[in-house]
Amino acid sequence: MAALRSSSRILSSSSRAAFRPSAVFARSMATVSETEQQPRIKSFQIYRWNPDTPTEKPRLQTYSIDLNKTGPMILDALIKIKNEQDPSLTFRRSCREGICGSCAMNINGQNTLACLCRIPAESSSDVKIYPLPHTYVVKDLVPDLTHFYKQYKSIEPYLQRDTPAEDGKEYRQSKADRKKLDGLYECILCACCSTSCPSYWWNSEEYLGPAILLQSYRWLVDSRDERTAARKSKLENSMSLYRCHTILNCTRTCPKGLNPGKAIAEIKKQMALGA
Amino acid sequence: MRLSGLQKEVLALYRQCLRECRKKPQDTRAHFEKFVRAEFSRNITIEKRDFAAIEFLLRKGHRQLDVYSSPGIKDIR
Repeated sequence: MAALRSSSRILSSSSRAAFRPSAVFARSMATVSETEQQPRIKSFQIYRWNPDTPTEKPRLQTYSIDLNKTGPMILDALIKIKNEQDPSLTFRRSCREGICGSCAMNINGQNTLACLCRIPAESSSDVKIYPLPHTYVVKDLVPDLTHFYKQYKSIEPYLQRDTPAEDGKEYRQSKADRKKLDGLYECILCACCSTSCPSYWWNSEEYLGPAILLQSYRWLVDSRDERTAARKSKLENSMSLYRCHTILNCTRTCPKGLNPGKAIAEIKKQMALGA
Repeated sequence: MRLSGLQKEVLALYRQCLRECRKKPQDTRAHFEKFVRAEFSRNITIEKRDFAAIEFLLRKGHRQLDVYSSPGIKDIR
């Protein structure tokens, strides 16, 4: 079940992690001598839209910053811009380490977390930053996720049982059963996958989308949950689940390296086999 | 005059807002009505064809209506 994580990502991220210490070291050494000579200017084109002036069209605003004086991640650059150049720039951020899912946005055409996305230092082209696609924008880079959370609520994402625990204390689970949850429980609901899914773009009212279906599967395979049949019957219609056409944008984009596409396929398999 | 779909939606929201006002206590009802009219007249100058802006304001209006129609809210200034 650990295979639910897309293996290529695991490989690439671990190799990146293995190289990181040396890379960072080399970079900081280089910057020490470079700072006085060569400022490395990078331009960021950022989507701006202010709800207080709704008649003004959304536009891209360009900011230039020196990469020698900023952290390595896009979020560092955004915070620097907000601190030093334009305090009116609006975006969500919290943990700065990819565990809260607040800073999900579309960076150079890819939905990802700004805190996990490195600034592409090698290429000279501008970085383009947009809010998550096909979401209503609250302001600048802040999307309105109300509907997304409503859908999450609709799958009842909590443990439901009628029988009490055998020892009256806790609900025990075998190691094998716990292992089934790996690759599912890590999801932070950043909505990157759902907003990258064309099916979800066109049918977001009824189709649940990859993030919610991954969570749905997380509760379907949980050995402690006793409402599996009810959960499945809720998905038994043409819209909630079967609008997934295995486009797999979700798996490509997931900043946590999870595989919602596989989870949805597993739900479909369970439903087809009636298992 | 034939109204477009969007215009009908705006009028429907306006009616809905004024109807919600009737559920408010007698002595503060006028405050709510005044607020509704002010909110709508503030944006009355928006160009008829500016669909994006009108749709955004409609969504915002519905959200505000949801909040203000809760029975816990008794007065508005």
